[in-house]
Order: sequence, then structure tokens, then C-alpha cells
Amino acid sequence: MAKAAAKTKAAAGSASVERRPALAGRTLSASGVKVEMLPPAERISLRAPQASVAALSKALGVTLPVKPKSSATKDGRMALWLGPDEWMIIDEAGNDPLADCAKVTVLHSAVGISHRNVGISVVGPAAAATVNSGCPQDLSLEAFPVGAASRTILGKSEIVLLRSAADAFRVECWRSFSDYVFTLLSEAAGDAAN
Amino acid sequence: MLLIRCPYCEEERPELEFRNAGEAHIARPTNIAAESDDDFEKFFFIRANPKGVIYERWRHIHGCARFFNAVRDTVTDKFVMTYKAGEPKPAKLPGASK
Repeated sequence: MAKAAAKTKAAAGSASVERRPALAGRTLSASGVKVEMLPPAERISLRAPQASVAALSKALGVTLPVKPKSSATKDGRMALWLGPDEWMIIDEAGNDPLADCAKVTVLHSAVGISHRNVGISVVGPAAAATVNSGCPQDLSLEAFPVGAASRTILGKSEIVLLRSAADAFRVECWRSFSDYVFTLLSEAAGDAAN
Repeated sequence: MLLIRCPYCEEERPELEFRNAGEAHIARPTNIAAESDDDFEKFFFIRANPKGVIYERWRHIHGCARFFNAVRDTVTDKFVMTYKAGEPKPAKLPGASK
């Protein structure tokens, strides 16, 4: 009897374990820019010494960039340079980069952070002005070209910024900061249009 | 806003991405248990705090997250130069008269 009750409880417990991304589906359109929550993606935080980069690149199927402020994209998988031995891997195709790294025997540390972060897309002619409202970096195309990626700040929150096109940015932030970041970008979008 | 050159990102970044981490080139004693109280106090608490050129540790905390060293003038708040952590104190500063 007790066993049966425990079973039901476990079943009920597992039924409630569903992924609820922060602010899912929220969008905001202003003239010149659209701010939108991106669908969930697989993400890992990868730390590795230089000697492991080649083997990890092969396992992940995307060449880890070694140049500061750069990124690489292949088949829906993005590798963002964050530091001399640190990368963020984002997979939008539904494959698990953590499993790919698990097969690698060279020294590295891969930590799943899929649920820690949320992605926000900022797209439109006023996208750079919108992000610049809270981000102090030079976002001109000369200083921050397409494909450039960097950890930086937006207002009071740390973000990872990726320029996916001349007029499109991907803002990655911690999910607990997402309300602040999205609201800041929404307010900025209204101002940036003017 | 100050622009600080990060030696790891190899470019100037806005000061908001950085955090000061105190005086640089303070070596931890190899045998800290054998230190006398006076020596420990000197190592642990006493800092130069000069008026003029100071060697400091800075951290690019909202960027590459790396610690590095910077030479700064405390009067003008101008960054003379920055260099990677672990590198020796520069013998000659750029723009120095001697």
C-alpha cells in the first residue's frame, strides 16, 4: 500500500517536472526593432587548455574560435569565445553538446547550463541602438562585426552578446535576470526608434 | 567613461566591464606559518597607496574574466599600460622621460 502510494507520488512528481522557460513567448515590436524571447536551446560552458581545442572542436563539429571576441557557427551550433580558455556552446538544433564532449578524453570541463540562460533576439535597423542603451561597448560594424561575440554588461546585468547579422543580436542572460533584461531592452526599443 | 585595454581581449573596453583587485606584485610568503606577526601584517594589510604611478591588479570581470596588471596614475586616473598576470613589472613605462 505504502509502495503504491510512493509510486503514485513519484509519477505525479515526474509529471510536474516540465521545462518552463522564463518569459517564454514574450515579444515586443517597436518601429525599427523587434525584441523577442528565443526558444529553449542546449548550452554548455566549456573550459579547456589550448592543447585540447582541436579534439573538442572535432567532437563538437564546430571549430572553437581562439581569437578574442569571435564566434563560429555550424549546423545550428554556435561556439562563442568568452575568454582565453572559455567558450559558450549553444545548440539550437536539439543535439546535446554535453554528450559530444563526454566522449572526449582530453582535459576539459563541460558544464550544462541550458536552463541557466535564456536567449533574447534583438532584430531590426535600430537593434544596435537598442542594445547600446545599456551596453557600453562599441557596437559599430567596424568594432563589433557580424559574428562577433563577447561577454559584457547590459545595465546592471551581465550578458553574452552575439551579433548574428548586421542588424541582429542575440542577448544571452541568466534566467533570473531575464525579466530585467527584457524590460530594459523593451524600454530601449521604444527610445531607439526615435 | 574610461577605456581600459585588456591584454587578453587585446582591445580597449569600457571601464564598466572591469573591477579593481588591489595592489599588484605582492608575493605570498612561501612558508606562511613561519612568518612573524609583523611580517604577516606587512604582507596582509600594509599597502603602498602612492600618489602617482601605482601597479594594480584589475579583473575583466564582465568580459574574459581574467586578472591582469595595470599601471595607473592615481593623480590623473590615466592608465599608463596594462600587461598579463604573471608577467614581470615593466622596467620602463611608455612615455616615461628616462
